[in-house]
Amino acid sequence: MRAPFANCVRWLVVLAALATACASREDGATVQFWALGHEGDAVARLIPDFERSHPGVSVRVQQIPWSAAHEKLLTAFVGDSMPDVFQLGTTWIPEFQALGALEALDSYVARSATVAPGEYFAGVWDANAIDGALVALPWYVDTRLLFYRSDLLAAAGVATPPRTWAEWSAALERVKRSVGPDRHAIFVPLSEWEVPVVLALSQDAELLRDGDRYGNFESEAFRTAFAFYLDLFERGYAARAGAGATASVYRDFAEGWFCFYLSGPWNLGEFATRLPPALADAWTTAPLPGPDARRPGVSLAGGASLAIAAHSARKEAAWQLVEWLADPARQVEFYRASGDLPPRRSAWQDPLLAADARAQAFRAQLEHVRAVPKVPEWERIAAKISRSAEAVVRGEMAPAAALAALDADVDAILAKRRSLLAGASRDAE
Amino acid sequence: MRRRANPAWLFVAPALAAIALFLFVPVFASLLLSFTDFDIYAVAALRNLRFVGFANYQTLLAEPLFWQALRNTLYFVAVGGPLSVAASLAAALLVNARLARCRPLFRTAFFLPVVTTLVAIAVVWRYLYHPRIGLINQLLAGFGVAPIDWLGDPHWAMPAILLMSIWKNFGFNMIIFVAGLQAIPERLYEAASLDGAGPWRQFRYVTLPMLAPTALFVAVMTMIGGFQLFAEPYVMTQGGPSNHTLSVVLLMFQEGFRYWNMGYAAAIAFVLFAILLAGTALQLKLRPLGGGPT
Repeated sequence: MRAPFANCVRWLVVLAALATACASREDGATVQFWALGHEGDAVARLIPDFERSHPGVSVRVQQIPWSAAHEKLLTAFVGDSMPDVFQLGTTWIPEFQALGALEALDSYVARSATVAPGEYFAGVWDANAIDGALVALPWYVDTRLLFYRSDLLAAAGVATPPRTWAEWSAALERVKRSVGPDRHAIFVPLSEWEVPVVLALSQDAELLRDGDRYGNFESEAFRTAFAFYLDLFERGYAARAGAGATASVYRDFAEGWFCFYLSGPWNLGEFATRLPPALADAWTTAPLPGPDARRPGVSLAGGASLAIAAHSARKEAAWQLVEWLADPARQVEFYRASGDLPPRRSAWQDPLLAADARAQAFRAQLEHVRAVPKVPEWERIAAKISRSAEAVVRGEMAPAAALAALDADVDAILAKRRSLLAGASRDAE
Repeated sequence: MRRRANPAWLFVAPALAAIALFLFVPVFASLLLSFTDFDIYAVAALRNLRFVGFANYQTLLAEPLFWQALRNTLYFVAVGGPLSVAASLAAALLVNARLARCRPLFRTAFFLPVVTTLVAIAVVWRYLYHPRIGLINQLLAGFGVAPIDWLGDPHWAMPAILLMSIWKNFGFNMIIFVAGLQAIPERLYEAASLDGAGPWRQFRYVTLPMLAPTALFVAVMTMIGGFQLFAEPYVMTQGGPSNHTLSVVLLMFQEGFRYWNMGYAAAIAFVLFAILLAGTALQLKLRPLGGGPT
C-alpha cells in the first residue's frame, strides 16, 4: 500500500512550484477574461485603467469571435479550463446555469457599494436571475424596436410613428400603397424567430407553461400575435423571403425597398456609417407599438452579461473587474468605444446618450422588455418557432395545424427537462 | 519453427497507433454515444446520462426533418454527382486536347475555384444570385426569363447551391481525369486510327474504357463528397428556405454542436455512414460507363 501522505506531499511540492512559477511571472492575481468579438476589442482598451486603479490585479483579455464563442465556452467548461470572468449572451445564461458553470452573484451585489439592482432595467435584470439567484451581471443591453425611413413614412402621409398595432397596420397600408407593388412596407426575414416572439410578448403571452415544462403556443395570446404576424405577409406588407434574399439590408433600406425594420442597437452604428450621407436624417427609431393604447409594446431583454466561473480560484479579483465595468461612468465609456447600450438608468443621463434621439427610443423600450423562457433548450425552441412561422407564411401549413405541431415539437424537446424536474422533486421528498 | 514477426509492423506501428487513437477510438465512442441521450444536462452531471438503446435511431427515422434532409442530400448527389463528373471529364478532355493552346493556363484557371475559400466564393455567388441586381438574372432577362429568387425560393435554392458547388469542385476531378488521360498509351489511338476509327469512336472505344478505373474513383469520391454536403448550405442559406437546402450533415451539425444533442447527432452520423457504405458498395458492383471490352 502506498502512503497517501507521501502522495500529498508530492502534490504540494508540485503546486508550490507552480504557484511560485506563476507568481514570478505576474505580481498578484491575473484574471483571465474572455470577451467576445467587437466587445473584446472595446473592453481591452479600458483594461489599463482598471489595472492602474487596482494594483494587485492584472487582467488578461482574450478575444473570441461571437460565432465560435458558444462552442468554445462549452468546451472550456467540459475541459475544466474556464476563464475567471467571461462575457455571456443573455440567452445562454440558463444553459450555463444548468451546467453549474456560473457563480451566484447575490452576495457580491449585496456587499457592493456601487452596484444597485434597482438602477438596472427590470426586464434585463430578471433575464440574469435564474430561480431567484443572480448568476450574471448585465453588461450591455440589446432589444428590438422599429427602425424606419421617416421620409417614406411622411411621403405616405403618416406624420407620427405608430403607437398601437392598429396605427401600425394603417401606416403599413399607406406606405405599401405609396411605394407600389414591387416594394414593401416592412422587412421581416422569415428565418428570424424574434418578430413573432416580440409580438407575442406584447400580448403578454406565456410561451411555455407549467413551470416551462410544455409548449404554450396554442394560447389565445400567442394566436392573436401570430395572426398579426401572418397578416404582414397576407396583405403584402412584407415579402415572403428569408434573410438570404437580400444581399445587403443597408443597401435595400437606402434604396427604399422597405420602410420599417425590426432591429437592434447594433444597427444604430451600422446605419449611421453605411447609409449614404443624403439619407443621414431620413431614418430614425421608435419603440414598438403596443397591441392597444393601454398596453405598451414589449420587446426582448437581450444583450450580454458578465459572469464569474463557479470554479474560479480568483473570484474576489474577478468580482472587482466585473464591479468596475458595471460602474455607470465606465458604461458610458464602453458605449463610446463599442456603441453597446448601458443597462443602468443613470448611465443614460450622460449627455452623449441623453441627446441622441435614436438611442432614446431604446431607453423608452428598455422599460418594457421581457426575457424569453429561461430554459437551456431555448435555442432549439426558437428554431422551431421560426420554422413553423415560415411554413405558414409559405402556405405549407394552416396556422392552427402549425401551432399544434409546434406545441408537440416543443413538448418533445422539453421531455428530458420534465423527467429531470420530476426526478429532482422525487429526490426532495 | 515459429515465424518471427515481420519487422515491417514495427515501422508502421506509430502510424497505426495514431490511427487507432484518433480514428477508431472516437468512432467507437460516438457509436456508444448514439445509444445514449447525451445532451447539455449530461455535460452538467454524468448521472443525467441515460442509455436509451435504439431510441435515437427510432426518433430519427420517424422525424420528417431527417427525411427531408436525406431527400435534399440525395437530390444533390443524384443530380450533382453525374453533372459534376461530366463537367470535369469534358474540361479534362478540353485541356488535354492536342489542339488546345495555353493548356497549363486553362488547367490552372479551372483548378482555381478548388483552392479558393468557400466563404469568399459564397459572398460573390450571393451577389450573382441576387434576384434584382444579380448577374445571372440579368443574363436570363436577356432571354426573356422572369427574375428568379435563387436562394429565397424553396424550389430554386438547391439547384443554386448545386451549380455553385459544381463550379467550385469540378477542377479537382478534372486534374484526376487529366492524369488518367495521360496514362493512356498513344499507341492505342494509333492502332484505332489505323483501323479507321474517327475521333468519336476513338473516344468511345479507347478513352472511355481506359478511363473506367479513374471514372470509378472519381464517381465514388464525388458521391462521398456529395453526401457530406455541409459548407455550401451552411454559408449560403443555413439550410433554408423552408429547410430545402438542409443536408444530413448540416442537420447533424445543428443537433450536435448548436443544440448539444450529441447522442442524437451521433445516430445521424451512423445512419449517414451506413448509407455511404451501401452507396460505395453498389458503385463498386456496377462499374460505371458499362465497363467496356475487357
